[in-house]
Amino acid sequence: MAVIGADDTGYGHDDKPGFFARWFYSTNHKDIGTLYLIFAIFSGIVGGYLSFMMRLELGEPGVQIFEDLHTYNVFVSMHGLIMIFFMVMPAVIGGFGNWFVPIMIGAPDMAFPRMNNLSFWLLPVALICLLISFFVPGSASGNGFGGGWVMYPPLSTTGSPGPSFDFIIIGLLAAGFSSIFGAINFITTILNMRAPGMTIHKMPLFAWSVLVTAALLLLALPVLAAALFMLLTDRIEGGTGFFDPARGGDPEMFQHLFWFFGHPEVYIMILPAFGIVSHVVSTFSKKPIFGYLGMAYAMVAIGVVGFVVWAHHMYTVGMDVNLKAYFLAATLVIAVPTGVKIFSWLATMWGGSIRFTIPMMWAIAFIFLFVIGGVTGVVLANAGIDVALHDTYYVVAHFHYVLSMGAVFGIFCGFTYWFGKMFGVQYNKWLAGAHFWTFFIGVNLIFFPQHFLGMQGMPRRYVDYPEEFAYFNSISTMGAYLTLASVVLFFVWLAEALIVRRKVEDNYWGEGANTLEWTLSSPPPYHQFNQLPVIKDDDGH
Amino acid sequence: MRLISKLGLYVSALGLSSLGLSGLALAAQPKDGSIGFQEAATPVMERLVAFHNGPVMWIITAITIFVLALMIFIMVRFNEKANPVPSKTTHHVALEIAWTILPILILLGMVGPSMKLLYMQDRLPETEMTIKVTGNTWYWSYEYPEMADQVEAFDSLLLEKPDAKAAGKPYLLGTDAPLVVPVNTKVKVLVTSNNNLHSFAVPAFGVKMDAVPGRLNETWFEVLREGTFYGQCSELCGVKHAYMPIEVQAVSKSEFDKWVRNGGAFTTNTAQNSAAAASAAPK
Repeated sequence: MAVIGADDTGYGHDDKPGFFARWFYSTNHKDIGTLYLIFAIFSGIVGGYLSFMMRLELGEPGVQIFEDLHTYNVFVSMHGLIMIFFMVMPAVIGGFGNWFVPIMIGAPDMAFPRMNNLSFWLLPVALICLLISFFVPGSASGNGFGGGWVMYPPLSTTGSPGPSFDFIIIGLLAAGFSSIFGAINFITTILNMRAPGMTIHKMPLFAWSVLVTAALLLLALPVLAAALFMLLTDRIEGGTGFFDPARGGDPEMFQHLFWFFGHPEVYIMILPAFGIVSHVVSTFSKKPIFGYLGMAYAMVAIGVVGFVVWAHHMYTVGMDVNLKAYFLAATLVIAVPTGVKIFSWLATMWGGSIRFTIPMMWAIAFIFLFVIGGVTGVVLANAGIDVALHDTYYVVAHFHYVLSMGAVFGIFCGFTYWFGKMFGVQYNKWLAGAHFWTFFIGVNLIFFPQHFLGMQGMPRRYVDYPEEFAYFNSISTMGAYLTLASVVLFFVWLAEALIVRRKVEDNYWGEGANTLEWTLSSPPPYHQFNQLPVIKDDDGH
Repeated sequence: MRLISKLGLYVSALGLSSLGLSGLALAAQPKDGSIGFQEAATPVMERLVAFHNGPVMWIITAITIFVLALMIFIMVRFNEKANPVPSKTTHHVALEIAWTILPILILLGMVGPSMKLLYMQDRLPETEMTIKVTGNTWYWSYEYPEMADQVEAFDSLLLEKPDAKAAGKPYLLGTDAPLVVPVNTKVKVLVTSNNNLHSFAVPAFGVKMDAVPGRLNETWFEVLREGTFYGQCSELCGVKHAYMPIEVQAVSKSEFDKWVRNGGAFTTNTAQNSAAAASAAPK
């Protein structure tokens, strides 16, 4: 029997495989995490391009760019799908989750490294399917699918007979399987591979957030897969009629299935950001997180309640009033655990010794903007008020405050927090600061005026609008220009940091940064924790 | 520049809105730069606006300002310079209970009036007449089932830009044949669709009801004043989703009776009522 010498597995040399094997057959959680982040940045450029073109179109009344009106609907639909499935989810779960969950719980890698590889490589396949869909016939009106990211039938069945939407279904099924495999991997890793002494109640909050997210993925995505399969068979000539009233089906059944997935999906996007922000707030306040258990179980509560509120997306479909009353009450309940999280972050900062680093600015902005998105959510939960606001720009403003400023601020927060740890070099804080401020002002300029447009009644997904909505649309488009400049600044600081290569120490944030990743080198060794760390009783919380 | 000259107005308007007194637009159509709801024209919308601009707006504004103030205080008082030695407090049971219970109490206070609004909006009162609305790609058709002998079902199409201008109606809101209803009358609205999903929405009425093929959804309104009210399709329905407006003309009961007697026209010599609508539209 061969004896494994200390040298063969030691930190001394990293025995990295060659370039192709390393990046294409990768089973290393850190390399896969990096691949996910690169993939998310690429998708972000595509999704961002789509939204920027939409904002350009809406800068003034009249049709400027989308002479072919169908293409506008295609842009609207694909912006949503790409940003959700190919930008936010790969970044927070695939990127940061892969990179830091194993390290934070003291594990050498994920439980199923090869499945991890499969999870990642399904995504480019899925994205290629979605990109192909742009260029093949969607409906009689042109190429691409223009039925919205919600894909409601009959617009997605009889309304889009072309192969375009079939490509989207296949792509989303692939992305869904990718996420399910990822979820299985995270749940197994977190439940079985924690370092000795790290009980579940000592686990860092980011690992908690990914655990809850993975559970949501595992329960919600099969429902989406089922709904997509039903659409697929409904679309076949002489196929099924699940959603076709002429054959005894009901188009609203799809909406129930979709939102049973769709509502947990929004928590899937935001929970990992909650985890990231908790660490950043704690690190730069130089204090342990306040009310750790409350924070962890607030996320569990949000996850559980998230499954029983789906029909608040459907107040105007003609549901029974008692059902609406139930969904109204259940939806308001979510404000309670969310409030616990907000106040616990503030209490963590209270009494702290706060350093305003770049990640801390993203975190503070996240908390405040999430409050704005949260309170407009409370407004929308009221079924009576929602009738006036449903499918208007108020809803667009609301969910961009929680996603575009919630999830995306969480992503930038994590990226600037862990950048040195992941890549071993630090960015220029003035450039990164300029990126933060332009982004903060830009996105607020885009989305705050949209509340007013919505209250005045401007519907969503409109390529052209009456002159009466011109003023705030012009402001919103100015915000889009600023945000574009900000995205350029992001790539500038990214490139500058990778070219100049300012080396960082193991724990470059110093006091306050006390999760396990800060005990490793920057970047961490190719295989960490050959000797498992032992968590002492007085550690942590 | 128009933008800059308006900016001052908006800074003050923003302040007002955060106090819950949001924009008192007086038109029955959207008004450029306005930041609140359109002026209510039905009892449901009146209650909706009162509930939103009243308790709801106050609560969310108070919460947002409270959190912002707290954050600013913390950033000033507990930054590295002001407070070099961090405390180690990580628990405070009373505080944690307080910030769980207090939001629950606030929400409980909100549920009551919210339910009242919901049931008022959703439960149909004894209605006096019925209108059937059908969504098509891409226009609306209206029927008056109880007056079918006198008023034929008709389609309501978007007025193209020059036509809208000629008729004195806002482009993308004005139609060639508005839905005509009497004021102070409880109207039942049946909504359905011929093909894709659509949504029948009139902001000033507090009405938005999806048009779903194979289903007959119902809602209601009672218009309290005469005038022309505009809405737009509010569920993505395909390529010309933005081009199927809704125009409702509310007239006095006697005027409405005349309209019915004339077979859906205000004067006997014009088949369509667009001329009459045009003269009633501008405010």
